[in-house]
Amino acid sequence: MSLTLILFLFLSFAAVFCGLMTVFSRNPIHSVLYLIGCFFAIAGHYLLLNAQFLAVVHIIVYAGAIMVLFLFTIMLMNLNEETEQHKPALARMGAVISAGLLMFVLLAIFKKVDDMAVPGFQNSTLGTIENLGKVLMNEYLFPFEFASVLLLTAMIGAVLLAKKDSPKTVNQ
Amino acid sequence: MDILFILEKSVIILVVFAITMLIALYSTFGERVFAAYFQDRLGPNRAGPLGLLQPLADGVKMFTKEDFIPDTPNKFLFIFGPFMFMTTALISSSVIPWGDKLVIMGRTIQLQAADINVAILFVFGVVSIGVYGIMIGGWASNNKFSLLGAVRASSQMISYEVAMGLSIIAVLMVSETLSLRGIVEKQHGFIDWTAIKIGNTYLPWFSWYVFKQPLAFLIFLICAFAETNRTPFDLPECESELVGGYHTEYSSMKLGFYLFAEYINMFISSALIALLFFGGFNYPGMDWVSNNIGVNAATLLGVGAMFAKTLFGIFFYMWVRWTVARFRYDQLMNLGWKILIPLAIVNIVVTGAVVLFTTN
Repeated sequence: MSLTLILFLFLSFAAVFCGLMTVFSRNPIHSVLYLIGCFFAIAGHYLLLNAQFLAVVHIIVYAGAIMVLFLFTIMLMNLNEETEQHKPALARMGAVISAGLLMFVLLAIFKKVDDMAVPGFQNSTLGTIENLGKVLMNEYLFPFEFASVLLLTAMIGAVLLAKKDSPKTVNQ
Repeated sequence: MDILFILEKSVIILVVFAITMLIALYSTFGERVFAAYFQDRLGPNRAGPLGLLQPLADGVKMFTKEDFIPDTPNKFLFIFGPFMFMTTALISSSVIPWGDKLVIMGRTIQLQAADINVAILFVFGVVSIGVYGIMIGGWASNNKFSLLGAVRASSQMISYEVAMGLSIIAVLMVSETLSLRGIVEKQHGFIDWTAIKIGNTYLPWFSWYVFKQPLAFLIFLICAFAETNRTPFDLPECESELVGGYHTEYSSMKLGFYLFAEYINMFISSALIALLFFGGFNYPGMDWVSNNIGVNAATLLGVGAMFAKTLFGIFFYMWVRWTVARFRYDQLMNLGWKILIPLAIVNIVVTGAVVLFTTN
């Protein structure tokens, strides 16, 4: 077994284990911590694919920013297993059905795809920041700018929602 | 893989680890000596000659104190918090270039554990997960003051990471690389004879980025203080409001880990400031030394220059701590979001315009 294969198997096991524990943990804080572990395993997969930039950005954005906010919210709301509400039976049934449908779709996809090898796995310079920058700024400039406008809009929307109403508008 | 390569990297990693620990150990001593000096006291002078064994005495005290674990539903996380904080503090030293290359028996050795091409982003990634140590520890303490300290620490660190990242973008636009070694090599020597191009004439300017990007330096410096939770931004452990902040419930060596990791963070961030803005291992006249005395001598002097700059950075942290009073929390947030981030964006726009007009 090559070193890459051993790493791949280890990371895959870690990712799947953490993913399952995220769902099965009773304590929401433990769920969040397992999800962070899962993100690290996925970042390891990116490294195996020679996408260092993507791996590091994945850690910064997901593990470093988004999950901190998750942890923040859960800590402030002080969710514990005792306070966890029991969902109505209808919602549980709905969740089971939708998860089953998702699994069905995923199985169908994996059955159709014959070649699971990722293109570019052999090309060691594909995921470097130089190539990524050139591709984003030349070939995909329009989608790139479009995405940035979308993010800006979302940010302005969030600021507007979070802003307190001034006393004048409340009185009117 | 070459066995010599593995050996060489292992030695570098061990040496870097040992030096980091030693400097952090003596930073705790230095802090008390400087505090005494600024407050016109004598400071620690009992243990050993000039009090130099004080850090060892502190260490023995920390280890032998009773290790108390409060009644918390999460004992594992309570122990995991300081461990995580210490680990993340140590990881980022792996990408820092401490010196140029040494040539020993025809073999070129880079004085750096790992030269990866996204080193800056790696450091940011490690800094951004560093907050988990505080959050987990503060939450698992099962104490409202600890939780408040942890929440303050994390919101402060997230807010200042944004301004820090934006201030670095202007530096990256000038250096055109994300590798820390590449950034240091771009600041070669002290004076860059072809820095400013007007028509066909070149004007000299200092090559270090503190002279090329003074605003970015100022923003980065302020953010570094906030990221390491040092005064004037040490609100997470603000003793007048929060007892002891996120480490209120900690005792013995777990508390020691939290306090010690703060000094490691100071050391690493001072090293980063030296690398990004003060030329790292560059010093005036390095080419002359390299040509006339030898490459190894020039490199060793460079390592000395790097550590001198880093140690001055640590001294600056202490200087500020015993000079400036603590901010209020809303002042901290206003400074971060309403002043530093817009300033950093203006700096990026100005730098972009200058780069565009001077390279064509």
